[in-house]
Amino acid sequence: MPQHIKPVGCEPFGAVEFIFPVHHSIKKLHCYISYGMDVSLVVPMKGVLSLQRAAVLSRLNGNSRVAARLFSTQSATTANTAQPPPPPPPPEKTHFGGLKDEDRIFTNLYGIHDPFLKGAMKRGDWYRTKDIVIKGSDWIVNEMKKSGLRGRGGAGFPSGLKWSFMPKVSDGRPSYLVVNADESEPGTCKDREIMRNDPHRLLEGCLIAGVGMRATAAYIYIRGEYVNERLNLEKARKEAYAAGLLGKNACGSGYDFDVHIHFGAGAYICGEETALLESLEGKQGKPRLKPPFPANAGLYGCPTTVTNVETVAVSPTILRRGPEWFSSFGRKNNSGTKLFCISGHVNKPCTVEEEMSISLKELLERHCGGVRGGWDNLLAVIPGGSSVPLLPKHICEDVLMDFDALKAVQSGLGTAAVIVMDKSTDVVDAIARLSYFYKHESCGQCTPCREGTGWLWMIMERMKTGNAKLEEIDMLQEVTKQIEGHTICALGDAAAWPVQGLIRHFRPELERRIREHAERELLQAAA
Amino acid sequence: MLGRLASRRLTEIRQVFRQSPQATRSLSAALNYHLDSPDNNPDLPWEFSDANKPKTGKGDIVSLSVKLQAVCSHSSAGSCTTAAWGWLPVSAMNAVAKVIEVAPIRVYEVATFYSMFNRAKVGKYHLLVCGTTPCMIRGSRDIEDALLKHLGVKRNEVTKDGLFSVGEMECMGCCVNAPMITVADYSNGSEGYTYNYYEDVTPKRVVEIVEALRRGEKPPRGTQNPQRINCGPEGGNTTLLGEPKPPPCRDLDAC
Repeated sequence: MPQHIKPVGCEPFGAVEFIFPVHHSIKKLHCYISYGMDVSLVVPMKGVLSLQRAAVLSRLNGNSRVAARLFSTQSATTANTAQPPPPPPPPEKTHFGGLKDEDRIFTNLYGIHDPFLKGAMKRGDWYRTKDIVIKGSDWIVNEMKKSGLRGRGGAGFPSGLKWSFMPKVSDGRPSYLVVNADESEPGTCKDREIMRNDPHRLLEGCLIAGVGMRATAAYIYIRGEYVNERLNLEKARKEAYAAGLLGKNACGSGYDFDVHIHFGAGAYICGEETALLESLEGKQGKPRLKPPFPANAGLYGCPTTVTNVETVAVSPTILRRGPEWFSSFGRKNNSGTKLFCISGHVNKPCTVEEEMSISLKELLERHCGGVRGGWDNLLAVIPGGSSVPLLPKHICEDVLMDFDALKAVQSGLGTAAVIVMDKSTDVVDAIARLSYFYKHESCGQCTPCREGTGWLWMIMERMKTGNAKLEEIDMLQEVTKQIEGHTICALGDAAAWPVQGLIRHFRPELERRIREHAERELLQAAA
Repeated sequence: MLGRLASRRLTEIRQVFRQSPQATRSLSAALNYHLDSPDNNPDLPWEFSDANKPKTGKGDIVSLSVKLQAVCSHSSAGSCTTAAWGWLPVSAMNAVAKVIEVAPIRVYEVATFYSMFNRAKVGKYHLLVCGTTPCMIRGSRDIEDALLKHLGVKRNEVTKDGLFSVGEMECMGCCVNAPMITVADYSNGSEGYTYNYYEDVTPKRVVEIVEALRRGEKPPRGTQNPQRINCGPEGGNTTLLGEPKPPPCRDLDAC
């Protein structure tokens, strides 16, 4: 097989990965596909599900086989002109995890060292920032695009691309960078560590990201409950201004950049970008319709980009160490390192910075002492904060923690806030409490969310005791489908997904409760 | 038999409807309308202290929530007749509206939207327990029960000596240190306002913290588990062992 041709199936994380975590009996498929053989011959006839997936796979493979044949005829002609064979591609990394301390970006994550200017400069902050700023906006954005950094706030949108949406030439309005430090997603507690232990990393990131976007000022919106974190950040900001690192002629580069700190007062919805802008402007934090997008009309009507704290805070290190270094971690399109917050029923819950695409099992066992009661005691994991559907144990066996792998199993990486639940958990109670959370945090603007979240919660409360009919499970699924996608902002989707995940993976549990409740009622009535 | 089932179901439904107004009050959501009462009505005067009087000009609603938070932590000063520790009486909201010259509804909007604004009396130490799922599965319900039992109050009720009240909050953002409580300290006015997290608490430890606060001490904030360093794993960190070195910087002039 010519070296420069790789059929789709050969890529270790292409079509094969799609089915690999789902059905173990199709493991054999992996070897056969890499040689481009006809898939349908080796598929074990084990149920409709595997056949369906194999059918999709053979369709995918079929296209590539046709393409491979086309390419092979082309290569036949070029081979006659005696070209030297290209060097073999470097071996692709297959194991992720085991990040070394010298590759970690947040070196004061646990607050052991001095968080303020002196300690920060010893850890490498504000080093040659002037040179990076002088290189200019286009260079910064190109490097960010090359690094493959994806937004760390939950959506995972490529950051370089997002920063490039800001206007290159101002039409009279100033541009703003808004840093979203309203960390209210259940399970997530990574930004507070950055703000209280490494605030200068964030401030330097604001300057660099602001220069990349041609912004004149940055507004950091911190959630109201993070009072001590805000005091640390305010002290760091004063130090930076006093040392001439921010403000007029920041770092001596000739670029004027201001950083303002604003805080909220307890609303999860203010983490949504347009709601954050509304809250910054002094109104209720009710999201706006998009379009117009914040890059066209954002804060006070000016072009704005809203980014997460972690995305902004890693940018100086990426620019200093090089985008190739950053993209050497994680799989393709899921590059870099990530702060994971593992909570729930593990032996040692903690926040840890690890490589993207680390397997969930390794993450839990290496850093958290494993699941409470052993791996077999695991019931379900919510991999990315409460807004993503949960994953039952059989998927958690070998799923990788990155955006694409989790999307392939119908979940999502979100903010990488891993909530682990063991067999002692009442999973319906846990999801019902999440439904209550969304009902409480709904801003009330649009009907599907305002009414739907309350309705979801009331049904979930009844499902806890099984006080429902079997048809109501499908009715609940229908309600979530009516909310999802029909709201002004993504809180509706976030409210719908956990319930969908519960129904998808724990329907037998719900049905069992309903049946038992019905039996109890019958016995009571008969008594 | 079916008749009995039907009548039982009807009584259950009637009970649910009867219970719902009280049910909303005992949940973490506050009422979003105002009811006049002897200590909370628009006719009571309100005086700002120097620390929390809004200082900006006409129509400036920017940072309105910041201004309201400063007012919220005001304690009675001198001849002021409404002493408000940690809560916003409607007369305070009207006074803020007058100073910054906006319609009162703009202030009411913001005050009812955010959950940190208390519009009913709270204790000098307002204890907030996070109840969302990551904390719940680590036992936050036990923490709340322990607090309510020890203080002898129901949720959102103030103790007789006016020192403590217990409320439930949604996710407070320290889920790896679950379960946790927050103590909003309104006993020293706006200047002495603190909002500290006490993390990794147990029912026993949380009672100890309450008693320490009652004696006027300041228990150390943060994780109450001595085996942990902030958000690190219990029993010692697995990463970032050793002195942090500044990372290498590539040759910026070359690229």
